[in-house]
Order: sequence, then structure tokens, then C-alpha cells
Amino acid sequence: MTEVVRKPRAVLGWSRPPGGSRKSSTAPRPFGALLWALPPLALLALVFLYPLALVVQQSFQPDTGGTSVQPYADVFASSAFREALWTTVWLAVAATVGCLVLGFVLALVIAFVPFPGAKAVARFIDVFLSFPSFLITLALLFVYGTVGMANGAWTGVTGAAEGPFQFLTTPWGVLLAEITYFTPFVMRPLLAAFSQLDTGQLEAASSLGARAPRIVRQVVLPEALPALAAGGSLVLVLCLNEFGIVLFTGAKGVTTLPTLVYGKAILESDYPGACVVAVVNVLISVGLYGLYRVVSRRAGA
Amino acid sequence: MWAVFLVLFLPLFALPLLVVLGASFATNWSGVLPSGFTTAHYEAATRGEALQALTTSLVTATAASLLALATGTWAALAAAALKQRYRKALDALFVLPLAVPSVVVGLATLVAFSQPPMLLNGTRWIVIIAHSVLVTAFAHQSVSAALARLDPAYEQAAASLGASPAYVLWRAKLPLLLPSLTAAAGLCFALSMGELSATMMLYPPDWTPLPVLIYAATDRGALFTGSAVAVVLMTATLLVLLAVSRIRTRASYR
Repeated sequence: MTEVVRKPRAVLGWSRPPGGSRKSSTAPRPFGALLWALPPLALLALVFLYPLALVVQQSFQPDTGGTSVQPYADVFASSAFREALWTTVWLAVAATVGCLVLGFVLALVIAFVPFPGAKAVARFIDVFLSFPSFLITLALLFVYGTVGMANGAWTGVTGAAEGPFQFLTTPWGVLLAEITYFTPFVMRPLLAAFSQLDTGQLEAASSLGARAPRIVRQVVLPEALPALAAGGSLVLVLCLNEFGIVLFTGAKGVTTLPTLVYGKAILESDYPGACVVAVVNVLISVGLYGLYRVVSRRAGA
Repeated sequence: MWAVFLVLFLPLFALPLLVVLGASFATNWSGVLPSGFTTAHYEAATRGEALQALTTSLVTATAASLLALATGTWAALAAAALKQRYRKALDALFVLPLAVPSVVVGLATLVAFSQPPMLLNGTRWIVIIAHSVLVTAFAHQSVSAALARLDPAYEQAAASLGASPAYVLWRAKLPLLLPSLTAAAGLCFALSMGELSATMMLYPPDWTPLPVLIYAATDRGALFTGSAVAVVLMTATLLVLLAVSRIRTRASYR
């Protein structure tokens, strides 16, 4: 908001911003300010930007020596890569849709149905988000694994030798775990958006005779759209880059781009190949993250 | 509505944590409930290799959060004094590690620090560096968000009373930022404790953090031991978060 107010700026050179700006009067002169920004920037360049540049460089250097696009040609031609790319994309999109639907319903209930535990639930979400993702897969192994809860109950009741739940090592197991873990990331911006919603609007709509589904569709949903977009694009990026969940399912059939990077680098020692997959993964992910930043800034989140 | 909530929320979010907790005390889980109560997994999970992994994780997370907090805060403070164009560029650079997959951060660190001039492969430092890179973005984001909300009146008042910039920073700005600094520290710590993807690419045999140990246990089929180690990981994370939030409440009384 302050950005808009500050728009009429001095034209020539650097001048002190008008009062009320967040730039402090104690700020060093521009040259000094740039100098102060250098140490953290140099550190970031050393441990992050330079390594990233090396990855790009190595992706153009095949094991046979020289510089060529051969690694790219090799990787793009391999069916393992194309399969991993497709699996990554559809898993991420499906998980995002699942998180959006589930997160919207849950946030709606927490925000608009008065019940005593709402605050505890919000706190629980914070704690839940501070745990690593692979714990979900670990838990699902006990619930739906070959000798887990669900299958154990089934064989106990029916006397069958095997339970019906064998989906854990398939992409569906990964999907279930991702939806479980990432739904709170959608709920948080939604809860923030709902808390700013004017309850007068809802009361007006309901006093005019609108039923609950119609109020949700015509009043709540439009208000929640920016938060949904922001949460959804964040979850999309996180799902694209998820590693722990896929690794823990132990599914040999499910390979995503991150696990392909790991497999090529650590298990096969094919560094040029790993770097090529990494570059592709970074391009997709940084592109989507840029989109998320734009969307969430629009949403005011 | 209530019923919908209970049906969706509890099984999805509370159950996984309870299941891991239940499994950590069991020898066997082939029915609806786990069976064969035992604390043997905890004896294994608080001794020898697992105990060493716990210290490894705690040391790594502490070092990474402190480094990330120092760098992120410095960058946020420096960015706030810059012209808008430079500030945006600096912010974007420091947020970039969030957008890069952590496996790739691991790969990049591995590639860069496996060759001279910086030969760190096989040492604990490579793990700590990767963790710091991964969490710095979170520290920087939360500090710069807090900085944007900070009322400039305090520092202007301090400066108008003749305080030097360093004094203003130390006595006015940092104390005002303390709540968000501790919040950022807690977040960084929790993230580093649970970091698996970059660590899997980098860890030397004598510096195995807890998540790697949990993966190794489940990979060889020792699910129940793995759960006990996972519970140790969750408890350690929660205890540190609790301690950090106590600092925050004490600071807010001042």
C-alpha cells in the first residue's frame, strides 16, 4: 500500500523519501548501503549461486570430455526421464487439486462453524508443518502397508490371505501422502482470508434467503480465490520438488525428477545426466515459483 | 459440518502422528491395533548410532539456523536501506533457494565442494552449508516481512536524539525485531532437523543426521525402530520450538 503512496518520486538521483516511508533516516548513504549489502551477497554467491552455475556448466560437459549438448540429447531421449517428467507433473497437479478441495472445505469449517477447538486446530497445523514430510509416508506404511492396520483388519475379518490395499507403492500412495502433508499449506492463507471476510455480507445473503451452498459459491469463494491461487501455486511448487515422500514409499515404479537426480548422481554416478535433470527441474520450479510470488502479491498474502 | 470436519481432519492429520507413536512401542502391527508392547525400540533409539545421529542433527540444525539467521537478517537489513530496484533484486536472490528443489541444492553443493579450491566433501561442513543455504531464505523472508511492518518512528526518534546508526540498530531495531527473529530461528531449526533430500546427497558416513537414519531403518524393513527414532526426532524438534517460543514471550513482556 505504501508503494502506491510513494509513487511520485524525485526524478533526479537519490533523494530522501517523503515522511512516513519505511526507509529510515538512519539509513546509510546509497553507496554505503550497497557496500553493506555486499557481505551477505558474497556469501550467498559462494555457497549457492556459484554451485548452481557449476551444475549448469557440468550439464554441458559429457564424460567423454569437451563441451556439447550431448548430455541433454541423451537425457531427453531416455524413456526414464520422460516418464519421470510426466509422473512429476501429473502427481503435482493432482496433489494440488486435492489439497485445494480438501483445504477449502476444512478451512471453511474451522472459520465459519463455531466450535471450541478452532484455536487448538490452528496451533496443531503449525506444529504439523514443522515436521518432515516423510513421517506421513512412514505412518501410511503402518496404515495401508502389506501387513498394516487396514489390511490386517481385512484379513482378520474375511480370513483372506492378503488385504485389498496394495496401492502404497504405486503413484496413488505418493498422491495420498502429498495431499495429507500439503493441505495445511492451503489452509493457512485461506484461514487468513476468511478472518478478513465481513460477516455482515454472509448475514445479508442468508437473510435474503440464500442457502449455505449458494453463500459459499457466490460470497465466500470469490473472496477466497486469491488465497486459493497463492496456496495452490505454493503447493504445486512444493509437490514438484518433493523428495522424502517419494523416497520413503520405496516404490521402484514411481520416479519423479528429484528422485531421478538423486538416482543418477548417487546411485549411478552419472553427474552430467544428473545435472541435466537438475537444470530442467530448476527451470520448471523457479518459473512456477515466480508465478506464485506474482499471484500471492496480488492476493496480498 | 462438525461430522464432516471430524471425519476429514482427524484421520488425515492426527492419525499419522498417532500411528507413528503407537508403532514405536510395538513389536508387531498386523491387526487394527499394534501389539506386543515394548520399549526396546527406544532403548535402541537413544543409544549408540541413534544417539550420535541425534547430536549430529541438533548440532547441524543449531549451526545452520544461526548462520541462516545472521546472513538472512543482515541481508534483510541491508536491503531495507537500498533503493527499491536493488532491494527487489537482493530479495529475489535470497528467496531463490526456496524455489530451487532441495535435491538440486544438495547436488550443487556436492559438485562445488568436491573440487579444489574448496574441498569439503566428506566433512560435516558440507552438510551444514547445504542446510544453511536451504533455511536462509526462510529467515530472510520472515525478517524482511517484520522489517516492513516496523514503525519507523522508533528509529527516527532514537536517531533524532543523537544515537549513532549502530546504536539505533542494536538498541531499537533488533529488540523490536526479536519476536520475528526467534520465530524465524524456530522455523529454521525445525526445517533443518527434518531435512532429508539435500542431506541424502551429501552426508559423510560419520555425520548421519536423524532423517537419514530413519530412512536407513525403514529401508531395511526395521519400521518399528524407525518409528521410535522418528518420535525422538519429533520430540527434540518440539522441545526446541517450545524453548524458542518461551524466549519470544519473555521478550514481549519487556
